[in-house]
Amino acid sequence: VNHVLRVEEPGLSTTVQDLGRPNAISSGVPPGGAMDRFAHSAANLLVGNGQGAATLECTLSGPHVVAEQSCLVAITGADFDPYVNGKSVATWTGVFLGRGDRLTFAGRRAGARAYIAVAGGIDGTGWLGSLSTNLMAARGGLHGRSLRAGDVIDIAGEPTKPTISGRRLPAHLLPDYGDHTLHAIAGPHFRRLDQEGRRLLFNAVFTVTKDSDRMGYRLDGPRLDTSGDELLSYGLVAGAVQLPSGGQPILLMADHQTAGGYPVVAGVVSASLPIAAQLLPGDKLRFAEVTPEGARQMRAALAAALDSLRKPPSR
Amino acid sequence: MPPLRSIPRLRLHPLGDTALLAELGTRLDTALNTRAIALATALKKRRDVRQAVAGYASVTVHFDPDLITQEALGAAIKRLAAKRPPMAEPGRLHRIPVTYDGPDLEAVGSALNLSAEKVIEIHSRPIYRVFLVGFVPGWAYLGPLPEELELPRRHVPRTLVPAGSVAIAGRQAGIYPLPTPGGWHLIGRTAVKLFLPDSDPPCLFRAGDRVKFFSTKG
Repeated sequence: VNHVLRVEEPGLSTTVQDLGRPNAISSGVPPGGAMDRFAHSAANLLVGNGQGAATLECTLSGPHVVAEQSCLVAITGADFDPYVNGKSVATWTGVFLGRGDRLTFAGRRAGARAYIAVAGGIDGTGWLGSLSTNLMAARGGLHGRSLRAGDVIDIAGEPTKPTISGRRLPAHLLPDYGDHTLHAIAGPHFRRLDQEGRRLLFNAVFTVTKDSDRMGYRLDGPRLDTSGDELLSYGLVAGAVQLPSGGQPILLMADHQTAGGYPVVAGVVSASLPIAAQLLPGDKLRFAEVTPEGARQMRAALAAALDSLRKPPSR
Repeated sequence: MPPLRSIPRLRLHPLGDTALLAELGTRLDTALNTRAIALATALKKRRDVRQAVAGYASVTVHFDPDLITQEALGAAIKRLAAKRPPMAEPGRLHRIPVTYDGPDLEAVGSALNLSAEKVIEIHSRPIYRVFLVGFVPGWAYLGPLPEELELPRRHVPRTLVPAGSVAIAGRQAGIYPLPTPGGWHLIGRTAVKLFLPDSDPPCLFRAGDRVKFFSTKG
């Protein structure tokens, strides 16, 4: 009897995600995992889980779920306006659900992806070392697919003691989700851009197009042209800004193709990927060049915020 | 023993703040690919390296930035790349039956001024090397394709290529493991499954393997 949540309405696309399967890259399998690793990790830590436990990643809208047993949950990432039994509840903090309580979402107010963690971690079918759902291969998570009405979600392990419910993450420790500046380091093929292209890459405004999903975002903006011979295919990473021959960049995200031969003109740093994960088609973004030291400081700030959740709460 | 090769001209590029691209060269070359695979294998043993994936002539190295800086890792990669690679074992040989009836077979022949029979004969002649597994699950970049069959990719990629399609582009050959969009020329199909989601590793081919195509018509 590990049943913890029964799904009444699944939301637009809700999948089980953890920190992905990096070891599967050499088989051509995307690393996957939560798009916004900060929000995912914070949700877990808020309920006393390790940050690698699986959570529910809810895209554009939240599910409606009923607690099958009392449990501690946390909702982070995008703000979809959560309610418990019709009463508004806070995000980025632990929330108790008694048996039969219903968690619903009134609608999207900001961001693209919300995360729901449950004390004990969400269970699923492991695939290649991860519980993350891969929709293309129909493996991992809950039957390799998005949630459906009627699904029952189990917890993976022993839930932690309720004493940790006082944890919360104050707004000033969060990534600045409202600032759509993605910090990036010039990529391997940056020099294939002409002078104007180099200037535009780090100054122009780009728009996330409808052709955007967990694999990557196609961006609309000034045409960027590269010159040079065709490249031999090589291993790609999340955050890579690929430039196909059409001159419109593609920002690779968690379920990215593992190899390719288009020039990569920039690499978005890890601390900016949570910001990217919360962008929607139509959102505007800008790339800002950052030094390795600047990237380290951004990383350290997010790590410190997560560390603050590992300490016992003050009362 | 093969002659000791000179240290390849190694170029290091950052890919964001948690990965590096180490380029050993820019040519489609079996020796460079062997070195890339050996370098990736050596790098994977390091505690500060999360994953290392060999490309045609490069290695993409994912590292833990809390354990090592990009500069220090770059220096370590240079030291490793300068070492003589271990003797590469010949990769496993896969024999792949192909029904050569692809929608582009005739067009490829016309573009190259060859009969369809000649295209089939040339395509099934070599033993190809698996240079790299990647792009989508189970996809393997095979080569080198004989020069006589070299063609640029299709101008307009297909929005959906059926799984099992045997395809060529440039000096490369491949088999679509899953139904995906694709810009390569489709010359045949095979029933062999490339992506094996319930095996680990989940694909038939591994980098360094060898592949021989044969026509099911005999």
